[in-house]
Amino acid sequence: MESIFGLVGNDFAIVAADTSAVHSILVHKSNEDKIMVLDSHKLIAASGEPGDRVQFTEYIQKNVSLYQFRNGIPLTTAAAANFTRGELATALRKNPYHVNILMAGYDKEKGAELYYIDYIASLHKVEKGAFGYGSYFALSLMDRLYHKGMSVEEAIALVDKIIIEIRSRLVVAPPNFVIKIVDKDGAREYAWRESIKDAGVAGA
Amino acid sequence: MKFDFSSLQTTAPLLGDSGGFSAAPSFEVPVTDDFDGFQKEAIQMVKPAKGTTTLAFIFKDGVMVAADSRASMGGYISSQSVKKIIEINPYMLGTMAGGAADCQFWHRNLGIKCRLHELANKRRISVTGASKLLANILYSYRGMGLSVGTMIAGWDETGPGLYYVDSEGGRLKGMRFSVGSGSPYAYGVLDNGYRYDMSVEEAAELARRAIYHATFRDGASGGVASVYHVGPNGWKKLSGDDVGELHYTYYPVTPETVEQEMVEVGAA
Repeated sequence: MESIFGLVGNDFAIVAADTSAVHSILVHKSNEDKIMVLDSHKLIAASGEPGDRVQFTEYIQKNVSLYQFRNGIPLTTAAAANFTRGELATALRKNPYHVNILMAGYDKEKGAELYYIDYIASLHKVEKGAFGYGSYFALSLMDRLYHKGMSVEEAIALVDKIIIEIRSRLVVAPPNFVIKIVDKDGAREYAWRESIKDAGVAGA
Repeated sequence: MKFDFSSLQTTAPLLGDSGGFSAAPSFEVPVTDDFDGFQKEAIQMVKPAKGTTTLAFIFKDGVMVAADSRASMGGYISSQSVKKIIEINPYMLGTMAGGAADCQFWHRNLGIKCRLHELANKRRISVTGASKLLANILYSYRGMGLSVGTMIAGWDETGPGLYYVDSEGGRLKGMRFSVGSGSPYAYGVLDNGYRYDMSVEEAAELARRAIYHATFRDGASGGVASVYHVGPNGWKKLSGDDVGELHYTYYPVTPETVEQEMVEVGAA
């Protein structure tokens, strides 16, 4: 079942998410990327209802880029997170989006940041956060092993520990994960951790 | 409840030419204590549950699409000859699982939108675009009772395309999908026999076989297994075989070897 988690290290933030698209007992896809590169220096990892997840993150992405077009400067991570929370909050009493979000970003003034936003529109700035069934393992492992100012190597080692723990202890464990990173050089994909291979989408 | 005034009425049509007022048209209200429950039940009756097997996959020569043809309403088989593969245009197919009317209506609607796109832009819509058009419509109606589980398969400027779209608003791009109550059985056969570099004949046979095995185990699937291929020059129907007959071609009846003959027991 869905697992997303992330942490802030020394001038970078990492988020990881499972990549399974599940319908009742069927796994329709095991390479669905649930982490969107929001803009050059932001990542948004989302879990929740598949329709809402895609529609909402795409909506946020388009609005963040509209802001940049209009004003010539990008939103800070904090501003984007607050905007996202605002959109969730206004929708909450009308037709709520069922999405839980981890937003990671980097800006010159504040450095790397991670925001925890859940579907009932609460917003927290955190050093480490997780959603879904995998969150129980992720949170305890991060509580035990996380420390301030982790290097990329240390953070990746921790993320891998969490992935292995989820795969070995969770009944409905997803097989594959994607890891993305954001630092001063921008937001990008870091690696995939695949234990089964899904036929890649035809590019050829 | 409606009072019975029929004995007071003439047999003349409601909108008489007498120029006077005619009785307001009315309809019978079902005799029930629980009207909401009745309505719910009625909706369930006209909405065939996902008693279906459909599949589609991309391989080197395009997309193969296949489906069974049974329509069921609960335990009752209402048709054995349903077209579950909907021809959106000569280059795009849609499959049908869930509510038959919902699928048919929204695929026709999608066909219109694709044609309008073609007229406005002087080029055919991409499979990506078409599937997103449908997904956005379904998403806007989510939670309102639509029941659609469909695959949009086609060939566009970028080559073969395949998307899974459902009424919960989900839209997935992929290499192979199966939808419907028989889909776990179909996936079993499909995943096992799939190779990207199959020939058209091999792919068609794999699709047919997957549908056959699904209809064998899933009571809500059956009828004929139709197989379509979408290539660079559009789609083509390759076959439509009765799964009952397929059974005997796959597993011909062979005379059983008699291990022991029954013999008359002699009188003691």
